[in-house]
Amino acid sequence: MLGYLIRRILAAIPVMGVVALVVFLLLRLTPGDPAAIIAGDLATPEQLERIRTSLGLNEPLHTQFLTWIWKILQGDLGVSLISQVPVIKMISQRIEPTISIALSTITLAILIAVPLGVIAAWKHGTWIDRVVMSLSVLGFSVPVFVVGYVLIQIFAIEFRWLPVQGFRSITGGFGPFFERAILPTMALSFIYIALIARITRASMLEVLGEDYVRTARAKGIGEAGVLMRHALRNAAVPVITVIGTGFALLISGVVVTESVFNIPGIGRLTVDAVLARDYPVIQAMILLTSGLYVTINLVIDLLYTLLDPRIRY
Amino acid sequence: MSGKVVEINNLVVGVGAQPDAAKILDNVSLQVSEGETLCLVGESGSGKSVTSLTIMGLLPKKILVPTHGSVRLAGEEILTATDRRLRALRATTMAMIFQEPMTALNPVVPVGKQIDEVLRTHTSLDARSRRKRILEMMEQVRLPDVERIFASYPHRLSGGQRQRIMIAMALVLEPKLLIADEPTTALDVTTQKQILSLIRDLQKDHGTAVLFITHDMGVVAEIADRVAVMRYGHVVETGPLDAILRAPTQDYTRNLLSAVPSLVPRAARPATASAPVVLDTSELTKVYRERSILGKVREVAAAKDVTLTLHRGRTLGIVGESGSGKSTVARCILRLIDPTSGGIRVIGKEISFLSRNLLRPHRKHIQIIFQDPYRSLNPRLTVGETIAEGPVNYGTPKPEALRRARELLELVDLPPDAISRYPHQFSGGQRQRIAIARALAMDPDVLVADEAVSALDVSVQAQVLQLLDDIQARLGIALLFITHDLRVAAQICDDVIVMQHGHIVEQGPAGDILTNPKQAYTQQLLDAAPGRGWDFANFRPLAAGMAAPAKTRDIALNS
Repeated sequence: MLGYLIRRILAAIPVMGVVALVVFLLLRLTPGDPAAIIAGDLATPEQLERIRTSLGLNEPLHTQFLTWIWKILQGDLGVSLISQVPVIKMISQRIEPTISIALSTITLAILIAVPLGVIAAWKHGTWIDRVVMSLSVLGFSVPVFVVGYVLIQIFAIEFRWLPVQGFRSITGGFGPFFERAILPTMALSFIYIALIARITRASMLEVLGEDYVRTARAKGIGEAGVLMRHALRNAAVPVITVIGTGFALLISGVVVTESVFNIPGIGRLTVDAVLARDYPVIQAMILLTSGLYVTINLVIDLLYTLLDPRIRY
Repeated sequence: MSGKVVEINNLVVGVGAQPDAAKILDNVSLQVSEGETLCLVGESGSGKSVTSLTIMGLLPKKILVPTHGSVRLAGEEILTATDRRLRALRATTMAMIFQEPMTALNPVVPVGKQIDEVLRTHTSLDARSRRKRILEMMEQVRLPDVERIFASYPHRLSGGQRQRIMIAMALVLEPKLLIADEPTTALDVTTQKQILSLIRDLQKDHGTAVLFITHDMGVVAEIADRVAVMRYGHVVETGPLDAILRAPTQDYTRNLLSAVPSLVPRAARPATASAPVVLDTSELTKVYRERSILGKVREVAAAKDVTLTLHRGRTLGIVGESGSGKSTVARCILRLIDPTSGGIRVIGKEISFLSRNLLRPHRKHIQIIFQDPYRSLNPRLTVGETIAEGPVNYGTPKPEALRRARELLELVDLPPDAISRYPHQFSGGQRQRIAIARALAMDPDVLVADEAVSALDVSVQAQVLQLLDDIQARLGIALLFITHDLRVAAQICDDVIVMQHGHIVEQGPAGDILTNPKQAYTQQLLDAAPGRGWDFANFRPLAAGMAAPAKTRDIALNS
């Protein structure tokens, strides 16, 4: 197990290295010049050249790459070309809203979707099943910004129960944080509820046909016990996989939701950086995201061993 | 003592509740008394399992519906009982064990806890007395090292151990009725023998009524007091064991018994020393290596030093229990897996170390038929495409390959229009005929049949064995026949190899090996063959001296 963990971590290093290289080259190859953006439309070629030199953009590509990597290894993600603020600081300011919204979204989604999926599978083929499945198609197909604006219209504008947009840190008290987190969480969780409910249903349907479920019924166990103790845990592996990937997606930024609700999160930071060709910020974001995916996948694989004793590494 | 535990009267189960729905069970009446074992025999689709699921109230709701008749358990009507009442009766008054011990236990819960669930659901005992009771029960089913097994997950246990756990779970509350649905079909013969005697002993101790479902006449002869023969949802014939085996009154029962292959080997075909060798292996070995974290290598020899020779027109059987390495040998010979060492010569050509590309021209000389005809045919290809695919790969023009496919279908007794149909439109026996036609399409010199008749009902099994015999006589093909079933081996093989743990225990002419084995293990296998004392096809016990076992054994003849 420990050996497996070490092997997986070691295996992540080349993955991250390749990601770093590809991102670096892609950015340098895409049209657009950060110097031009900083200098503005009226800048002379000399001014541009000066800015480029001061930013280190005139160095040969491999020197730039090696400098960047060397600094990363020392824990320095660089400084934003545009705002001159250290990248690490920019990200740490933006990470809290993103993580809080991601956590609340995934929790809400699990709490609603797993029971829905279990019930749909249990009542397979009945109207309950059909209603759940139709709702999940709806959840997939309605874009998050539509859901967002509708929720704002109802709860913030018509009823005036909740603020329209914004974000407050949880350190400033739970109330203000909670008020502002409810709507984006609800809007975002729609698609995850749809996804997780579908997967739970499909996985449960498969497991409910297994012999050990018949054994459990033959023991005289009630349906709740059959579903929860015997079926759900065996059905959990694909569900956990989807939840994990969903969580990674949420953390790496949900630009549209952040824009609709005016939340200063990671998604908008990334998009702003891309528009400004702010190389260090983009590079750091992508590297962090890929690191996040590697970690979450590892955590999911370790969770498998807890769920299913037959899986051993 | 002889109270009726189960009484089924005129039971009808239909597909759906409509009065004109197809009937899965039609007018079934059965009784099982205290301390008695009723064997329900029949081929697949006869309604045996539906009968048992009806008693347990476990029929899929709204799909299979009892529409008529009554099922009384210890005097109480089951068909009209509420779900709640049925749940209360399960495990306490009626319990069930199933065919597949590998899948009948929840893989993510320790087995002790799974038994505990029965006690927690139906009793108010505290944790300590529950545990004590479970450990006692586990000892009663003769599990070793019960404390360790209590905490083990199912995948850590062998098939036999898992079935013992199932039995412990079923009997822990001493139900009046035990339903055993093919409980030993998935087990090796030696394990089967132990489980059968375990069920008998526990039944004696507890006075349980046992409804034992099986398709195997051998098992019936071992365990039944009375027998009910089922076909197409009807009970064809009921009677005491001895009467059914000696003097069956119905044609179907007679046919069923006649189809059981005899353990007495058939007369050997004259050995033709001049027949050329088409396949031989020398010291064929397949070793699987497992590397642990610390870099320690654990070696498992799935097959070790297997040397065999097969002549044209002959049939060589490899028999053994699961894990004996018989299928490994077959797969190595076909190079479906690569042998670790040793030689394989097909028509004199060494193929054991040829690369995939160099092997190609030799593949057509040797073809295989697999066990499960439901999974070995591609469901998306028509029968014609399946049969023609091999020759087409070897350059035969497609029209010619299809014409040949038609001939082959005729050879295996399938209608010519089968060529454009899909596998799901055929029964198991027909599918196995298709698989045989597919193998023959390559004009092989050697046909490997890996448990090719094990998944078939006895009557179909007999037909397929007959077909293989005919084909061999007509084409002079050599047959390597892998089976766990000594009866089948006795009827089809000229020579036999007995394998255990990857080694050859004994080999020689089938007549010698299966009547006068030299090795203790072979003897043990023969002893474990169920119904070994009976000559089913002739409706009589085997005459002394003809029976394989050296000593005449005490056979459960009396009801």
